Amino acid sequence: MKKKNPVFNFFSSVKLALFTLCLLAFTSIIGTIIPQKESIDWYIHNYSEITARIFQVLSIPDMYNSWWFLGLLTLLSINLIVCSIDRFPGVWKQVKADNLATDLKRLSKMRLTSSWVSNKSEEELATDISNRLAGKGWKTEQRRRDDSLLLFSQKGAITRTGVYIVHASILVIFIGAIIGELYGFKASVMLPETQATSTAFETGTGKSIDLGFTVRCDRFDIEFYDSGMPKAYRSKLTVTENGKVTQVKNIVVNDPLTYNGITFYQSSYQGYQDFLLTITDQKTEKSQTITLPFQQQQTLNDNSRIGVINAEAMGQSISRMKIWFKDDQGPASTFWINAGDQVTVERPGKKYTIAGKQVYATGLQIARDPGVWVVYIGCGLMILGLTVAFFMSHRRIWVLIAKENNETTVLITGSANKNKTGFETSFDALSKELEADTSNGKQ
Amino acid sequence: MDSSQLLGITTFTYMFSTFLYATIFIFKAKKLGSAATVFTVIAFLIQTSGIIFRWKESYALGYGHAPLTNMYESVVFFAWTIIAMYLLIEWKFKTRVIGTFAVPFAFLAMAYGSFSTGINKEISPLIPALQSNWLLAHVITCFVGYAAFAVAAGLGAMYLIKNMSESRKTTNEDSILGTLPPLKVIDDITHKTMVFGFLWLSVGIITGAIWANSAWGTYWSWDPKETWSLITWFIYAITLHARYTRGWGGTRIAWLAIFGFVSVVFTYYGVNFLLSGLHSYGSS
Repeated sequence: MKKKNPVFNFFSSVKLALFTLCLLAFTSIIGTIIPQKESIDWYIHNYSEITARIFQVLSIPDMYNSWWFLGLLTLLSINLIVCSIDRFPGVWKQVKADNLATDLKRLSKMRLTSSWVSNKSEEELATDISNRLAGKGWKTEQRRRDDSLLLFSQKGAITRTGVYIVHASILVIFIGAIIGELYGFKASVMLPETQATSTAFETGTGKSIDLGFTVRCDRFDIEFYDSGMPKAYRSKLTVTENGKVTQVKNIVVNDPLTYNGITFYQSSYQGYQDFLLTITDQKTEKSQTITLPFQQQQTLNDNSRIGVINAEAMGQSISRMKIWFKDDQGPASTFWINAGDQVTVERPGKKYTIAGKQVYATGLQIARDPGVWVVYIGCGLMILGLTVAFFMSHRRIWVLIAKENNETTVLITGSANKNKTGFETSFDALSKELEADTSNGKQ
Repeated sequence: MDSSQLLGITTFTYMFSTFLYATIFIFKAKKLGSAATVFTVIAFLIQTSGIIFRWKESYALGYGHAPLTNMYESVVFFAWTIIAMYLLIEWKFKTRVIGTFAVPFAFLAMAYGSFSTGINKEISPLIPALQSNWLLAHVITCFVGYAAFAVAAGLGAMYLIKNMSESRKTTNEDSILGTLPPLKVIDDITHKTMVFGFLWLSVGIITGAIWANSAWGTYWSWDPKETWSLITWFIYAITLHARYTRGWGGTRIAWLAIFGFVSVVFTYYGVNFLLSGLHSYGSS
């Protein structure tokens, strides 16, 4: 065995892996107990001046992005890489091994063996046994070894690489996370109804980010269950690029809108004191939407006037509003509208549809993460690797056929690197069947 | 019959199952063996129908969803997966004594759900954040993992008890502990159960990450629940590495199985009540 340098040995050791994993597990607890990403004043207020300073020095307020936590993750990655470089070639050798060149003396000493004699010729037996094995999914190869014939068959040689698939998957996930960190962003915006924006504000830094297109919130609605629990938060978003509407979608929590790789998630809302009213003349189908504050009158394009004179609220959200409306004919109409509903208002000689609701701003999370698919591929690899590493084994069977005097002896032996008891059962059944089919006394 | 009656009966049947398995263990009443199994299977079927009824009832109420959305429903499901896991192990490894160490977990979970005053048993509609197809995949995979870890902890305890008496040389064929499987067998089943749990915990964390990304745009935000699930994952990863590469077994692995489960309980239960975060809806 070649001598390795001590640095390489250190980074390839499992001890280091265990040590790093223990440290990661232990230090991760800190951030679940001490609230993260609060302001320095918050820590001073809730702990003490000194404690807050210590926190700051150790980056505790943002520990999962701190130099030392990222350092531990880097150490784990280096450990994974070096350990795999160290061990993988050996495992690959086993996968690619020429099992027909194996030491024949070793075969009879293996734990699972069975042998019997037959009066058929070597070649006849070899063909017979390999056909029978093939019928059970064991494809055989054979080679003449000295004065005997060796058959070999294996299943799942590649499953030996399962552990390395898991290790690689962790690195792939890290790469995906780094891509997201470098080329993606997380931002948010509070967008009042009917308003549009082409910039978002980065989470944490507050830096403004140019989206490259415009997104408008046409409408925001909250639906409630009878119990008063919220049932759905819904924003109707319209995307405009170069003056053209390119996408319209109603988004709800768990169903975002994606445009040009940027995704908009429904995340919060804010209720305003203002009202959003839509007045439609039913004959001309001319429609006008206005935003107006409580108890203020506004004149519309056709010179009619409208205002909200009363409202009922449930917490922050207005449940119904009383409208005052007057066109050029007759006295004013007053009526109630349930939030989000519309009513028909009959005026002398005219009919209007009037819809009203409170003005909301929708809170959107905005994210671009080009690394997310890399992360998902890593996750898929991890599940694949774990399944292979834990539940699939490399099973091998050798059959040695040797001529001795007038008889031919058959020696069958096998091994598995995992689930040994399961393999033993199937090996016993297989060898008994082969023996029954090919030994003397059976034609 | 409605779901709350069926689930109420379940609590008592699991208590009786626990009692039966304990009797087999303590009094070496091997004859009761098949009775305990049959009884547990019946209890399991009652609980299964209770869960299905609750599912149907939620549809009748007009906001149908799988019964996996609050603390009560999750402890019921936890108990269900523990029994499913245990019955699978009993069938696969042909040993009943494990029941003494596994079935009590299911009983305790059901009893906690039924009698704790802080738990809301009503079927309530889904808040917007929970309205996702990932709900089923995430909760089921996590709980299969948790149940496996619960059973592994039971096996760990069993190993330690047997080991303690063997080192004091008090065990012989006639003593109570003589009925326990050989230490090597317990060790092997503990390991296999942890491996199984580790795979499902991994899938549970991954489905949770995908769900978080589709709801909030971040697959990982270091919220306390996420972080604790990762801590639990680290603990089992350490355990498996210690076994595979450093040959750990026996007492040390038994302790780690118990220690890991403490972390599972904290991830599942402690985080909701002691720490704040995105998963807070699990606490009512």
